[in-house]
Amino acid sequence: MKILVCISHVPDTTSKINFIDNNTRFDANGVQFIIGPYDDYALARAIELKEANPGTTVTVLNVGPADTEPTIRKALAIGADDAIRVNTEPTDSFFVASQIAEHAKGYDLILMGRESIDYNSGVVHAMVGDLLGLPSVSPVMKLDVDGTKVKMTREIEGGKEQVEANLPLVAGCQEPIAEWKIPNMRGIMSAKTKPLKVVEPVAVAASVVLSKFELPAPKGAVKMIAADAVADLVAKLKNEAKVI
Amino acid sequence: MSVLVFIETSEGKAKKSSLEALCYAKALGGSVTAIVLGPADANSLQDLGKYGASKVLHAADAKLEQGIIQAYATVITKAMVDENTDVLVLANSSLATPVAAKVAIKTGASFASNVTELPDITSGFKVKRSIYTGKAFCWQELKNAKKVIAIKKNAAEVIENSGSAMVTPYVVQLSDADFNTTILSSEKATGDVLLPEAEIVVSGGRGMKGPEHWGMLEELAKTLGAATGCSKPVSDMHWRPHHEHVGQTGVKVAPQLYIAVGISGAIQHLAGVNSSKCIVVINKDPEAPFFKAADYGIVGDAFDVVPKLTAALKAAL
Repeated sequence: MKILVCISHVPDTTSKINFIDNNTRFDANGVQFIIGPYDDYALARAIELKEANPGTTVTVLNVGPADTEPTIRKALAIGADDAIRVNTEPTDSFFVASQIAEHAKGYDLILMGRESIDYNSGVVHAMVGDLLGLPSVSPVMKLDVDGTKVKMTREIEGGKEQVEANLPLVAGCQEPIAEWKIPNMRGIMSAKTKPLKVVEPVAVAASVVLSKFELPAPKGAVKMIAADAVADLVAKLKNEAKVI
Repeated sequence: MSVLVFIETSEGKAKKSSLEALCYAKALGGSVTAIVLGPADANSLQDLGKYGASKVLHAADAKLEQGIIQAYATVITKAMVDENTDVLVLANSSLATPVAAKVAIKTGASFASNVTELPDITSGFKVKRSIYTGKAFCWQELKNAKKVIAIKKNAAEVIENSGSAMVTPYVVQLSDADFNTTILSSEKATGDVLLPEAEIVVSGGRGMKGPEHWGMLEELAKTLGAATGCSKPVSDMHWRPHHEHVGQTGVKVAPQLYIAVGISGAIQHLAGVNSSKCIVVINKDPEAPFFKAADYGIVGDAFDVVPKLTAALKAAL
């Protein structure tokens, strides 16, 4: 089985978000970049499938400029066999999906996170599926391959559903599909020499263009209420905040 | 402008989030057509007129009872062509968002999800989206002639008026290729308030000390007509089911009122609640970071404060 895992290179979940250049550019100063947490689940499941099924290969793909390479190397250290970097800024979902679709042909299983945690659109898997004419399922909490059939548990509002589809397939993953893997020393050493192919992007007309960023309005100061004055809280929720 | 709205149903009735999408579409101006897939309640279809639809297409095919994404995308794409739709509007959900993405590809439309307010059309067509898991927003111009907009909860207010809609049956030929996934079974919490749609949410964290103490939070939630949520450690320890996990990697909620009990307020949890209108934090640690993000705070023992709060609410409501 050939597995492709698409990873995003995103700010750590604890990052404070700021913008520069008159709110037109993300301020990367002091920000730690990581493999998207959902993509990390997809990668972990891919490695588990590789370990359980001899002959399985795992390729990671990232759409991003050269500074994403440490993130890609980390995925190789976790256990992927090789990597592809599409050398361009990931501007919007359709653009990224088009780049992935260009390289995803021939893979049996195309995994990624349910969404990237920077733009949160949560549609790249659906778009890749559509571009390649393959079924796509997300967010997947459990995924088992049985011959050419894939059985999945998909989260829906307030519950879950059991879904079945045939390979090849695209899936957007989330916990608890697998436990995150931490690279060991051997993995880190071997990652340095694993193949990382850099390819140029295909031309895609921009359908969405960013004009500016905005930060939420600052929150007013918290009003503290004594633990024995809960009636006071109830009155404030009713008359001041008007939420009950 | 011709606007099409995909109405998602639950037990045959339009979901509230879809009514928000309909009111959003109405506010855009132009003619508004709603489309409903699968069996639906006749009165509920007719009532869509009250929220701005002048026409309702009903694809009643029994095969559409289950939300099969590919089949839904095929039907809605056809409707966009038949209705000469400029803008498709729908409410973000586990079904509607992937459907929207596929329709955008099939129709060559510009796509935006998590849209939080009406577009700015003074120059071009610009939408405001929530990004970085609620920590920021961005304005994006949708360049293509056709547009698909998936809105976030509370992007529009549900306003009822006296309009009426013409309900028309809508038939689309579907092929086997449209059913490329099979839903074998589904389990859904019924009767309870669903967390992503709830107007009030009561969440518990590690400070609750164990799953056996959730009764008092459920009692508080019941009193308020609220859904229950939890922090990531609580779902990781299996005290509560995963679909109740609120936060960066869990459910993002946008209720009127969010009550956090025994949750310290890690930045990853805040990312899931920062769209809430009003936040109440109850924690025995006065240094808990959550207080900085709260509107009202009580420093106190949950086991003491929560039952008192429930009693006070019962007396007041």
